[in-house]
Amino acid sequence: MTETMHSEVAHRADERAPAPLLSVRDIRKTYGSYVGCTDVSFDLYPGEVMGIVGESGSGKSTLLNCLAGHLAPDRGEVLFDTRAEGPRDTVTMSEPERRMLSRTDWAFVHQNPRDGLRMGVSAGGNVGERLMAVGARNYGAIRESATDWLGRVEIADTRIDDRPSAFSGGMQQRLQIARNLVTGPRLVFMDEPTGGLDVSVQARLLDLMRGLVREMGLSAIIVTHDLAVVRLLAHRLMVMKSGHVVEAGLTDQVLDDPQHAYTQLLVSSVLQV
Amino acid sequence: MTDQAYNFAYLDEQTKRMIRRAILKGVAIPGYQVPFASREMPMPYGWGTGGVQVSAACLTPSDTFKVIDQGADDTTNAVSIRKFFERTAQVATTEHTAEATVIQTRHRIPEAPLGEDQILVYQVPIPEPLRFLEPRETETRKMHSLEEYGLMHVKLYEDIARHGHIATSYAYPVKVEGRYVMDPSPIPKFDNPKLEMAAIQLFGAGREQRIYAIPPYTRVVSLDFEDHPFDPSKADHPCDLCGADHTYLDEVIVDDAGGRMFVCSDTDYCAGRQAAGHRGRLSEEDAA
Amino acid sequence: MIRIENVSKSFALHNQGGAVIEVMTGATLAVAPGECVALTGNSGAGKSTLMRMIYGNYLTASGSIRIGDIDVASAAPREILELRRTTLGYVSQFLRVVPRVATLEVVAEPLLAVGTDREAALARARDLLTRLNIPETLWGLSPTTFSGGEQQRVNIARGFAHTYPAMLLDEPTASLDATNRDTVLTLIEEAKGRCAAIIGIFHDAPARDRVADREVDVSAYTPARAA
Repeated sequence: MTETMHSEVAHRADERAPAPLLSVRDIRKTYGSYVGCTDVSFDLYPGEVMGIVGESGSGKSTLLNCLAGHLAPDRGEVLFDTRAEGPRDTVTMSEPERRMLSRTDWAFVHQNPRDGLRMGVSAGGNVGERLMAVGARNYGAIRESATDWLGRVEIADTRIDDRPSAFSGGMQQRLQIARNLVTGPRLVFMDEPTGGLDVSVQARLLDLMRGLVREMGLSAIIVTHDLAVVRLLAHRLMVMKSGHVVEAGLTDQVLDDPQHAYTQLLVSSVLQV
Repeated sequence: MTDQAYNFAYLDEQTKRMIRRAILKGVAIPGYQVPFASREMPMPYGWGTGGVQVSAACLTPSDTFKVIDQGADDTTNAVSIRKFFERTAQVATTEHTAEATVIQTRHRIPEAPLGEDQILVYQVPIPEPLRFLEPRETETRKMHSLEEYGLMHVKLYEDIARHGHIATSYAYPVKVEGRYVMDPSPIPKFDNPKLEMAAIQLFGAGREQRIYAIPPYTRVVSLDFEDHPFDPSKADHPCDLCGADHTYLDEVIVDDAGGRMFVCSDTDYCAGRQAAGHRGRLSEEDAA
Repeated sequence: MIRIENVSKSFALHNQGGAVIEVMTGATLAVAPGECVALTGNSGAGKSTLMRMIYGNYLTASGSIRIGDIDVASAAPREILELRRTTLGYVSQFLRVVPRVATLEVVAEPLLAVGTDREAALARARDLLTRLNIPETLWGLSPTTFSGGEQQRVNIARGFAHTYPAMLLDEPTASLDATNRDTVLTLIEEAKGRCAAIIGIFHDAPARDRVADREVDVSAYTPARAA
């Protein structure tokens, strides 16, 4: 049973907002005649973490990329509750606006840290980039923020001037998270954030992410094929197969009382430890 | 020695029109890199093919042409380009900055202030200031169009983190008229303040097929941090030949024992000061 | 406080030839504030299944499960999360926590989640841990390294930290020694005293007799196993 966990990650009272942070309506993306994902709709509220699970090719990464503005869906709306103007459809907003969102209110954590880091730039520079991108021009202040964030992701401040290429996989992933969260985003997209890490490193990363999600009141969408990851991090779960959402609900309910044949197969396929 | 087999200034008229259009667009959008159809020139890339094409498109028979390479009129590159236009355009040439109407330069801005009737043409190896941090051209173009210049400061941040100060000493990035971030070509940062001038400045990158421009009296700001402001430093010496303490200097090794001297890199400016009676530490011995 | 009406539940096992197992039908039950109802019935009668349905952990096939204003059987996930945060507590038999989090934090967490002042939350956590005889030297450590009995007591402390108006207790006194068992029963009595509606499963008959006001035999709702 997982109930202890769920009350722990539930929202704080002061974050109880009536409006969803993200409203996804009827998203469809095809590649020629091949359906990447279709008929996807859901609401994500402030402070909520949603997991998307499914096997390779189920369309979960396509969906994530549509939501994060990396891919243009063929159809549908992605309404994000912007700070200034309230809900805006990020599919139809101008590219400068979308890119501004993606370096301020959004964060994207890639599976492979090399896709999300500048490998030729020091750890401090990686963390500072988003600050400089939104206009920070005081070296001392940028450096202080970078030091603070390296500390929060448990990277020693003595490593601030080292390049990520000198870091282990787990450290690179933590650095990527720091780099993404430094501007205080409200929505984090994560694509297999623990993929490719060994188990003990994964546990540390998950614990860190849970803490940050809670402290900062972040909303997050996590794509993974690892059910243990969603059980630990996600309040809600969506199960995808062949581009369709086959089941959605509370994470523990979907995992403990799966309704769809595919979810039952998925849950029963996990090795018990 | 002339060669009538070539059109005036080597390039055919259509090509020059194409380049002039690119120049006009560049002047209209200060700091913006205008693509152009760079031609094969009778010299290798890296020897100033971009600058030569821009000069060819600007020259008229009545112009007086000057070429400098790192401030000097008498180096191989400067001499061969000067000869090239003497031969293909029959224009007058000079070594005196004040007499020239078109000056092609590699990596320096002349010390003497330029006037409104002059054109300064730069040879540019890599026009994209963001290139070393973002290798994708599609991405850098997007960054320019959306004014996303945070990355440029990342480069300066890295400098300070590694060296304690901004160690970029040439090709120091600038922001032109509050809009485009631009690579001023590998001029020393000492020359950056001079980018705000009365003359038209044209930049040509032959291999990279880009032309850009700074119109007269355009605001050009060197990027920096509040707590690490831009500093156009130079070697802390006066010129050993003319005694000038306000010019950019070359360090010259003079013997096998480590002896060295500092001289103005702008040869014409230095010679002019010496003719006017200024003297430096080594004037007597090394004047020859 | 808790009103369960005509609730049924079945499991469809798609990967075992589509077998459908009816596990509950027509379950009806109401618990008033300050009342404790004990679920009884043989192993497999569906006590835990019913508890899980009330908590929203299992889907309900038909019927309604009202806790306050919320019908768990039809509520959106967000409403259930909110219900679990503020109104409905659950003490399970097993502690499941994230590694590396200190025991004191684990216990105080439900209070922090409802916006209790940090100092007050930690004070309450210290009080509960003391009452449940968890040595102070362990408070800074993660409970993952504790013995089974200690983990169970930490779990109970956590479950009783926030004063939920409705609580589900699954074998809260199992594997506890006499002293701790008594403490837990006192905690339950205190919860009743502040008008919490409680549903519990107690195999320990004397414990059940001490705290439960009524017993409901869920076997009555178990469909005949014809299939």
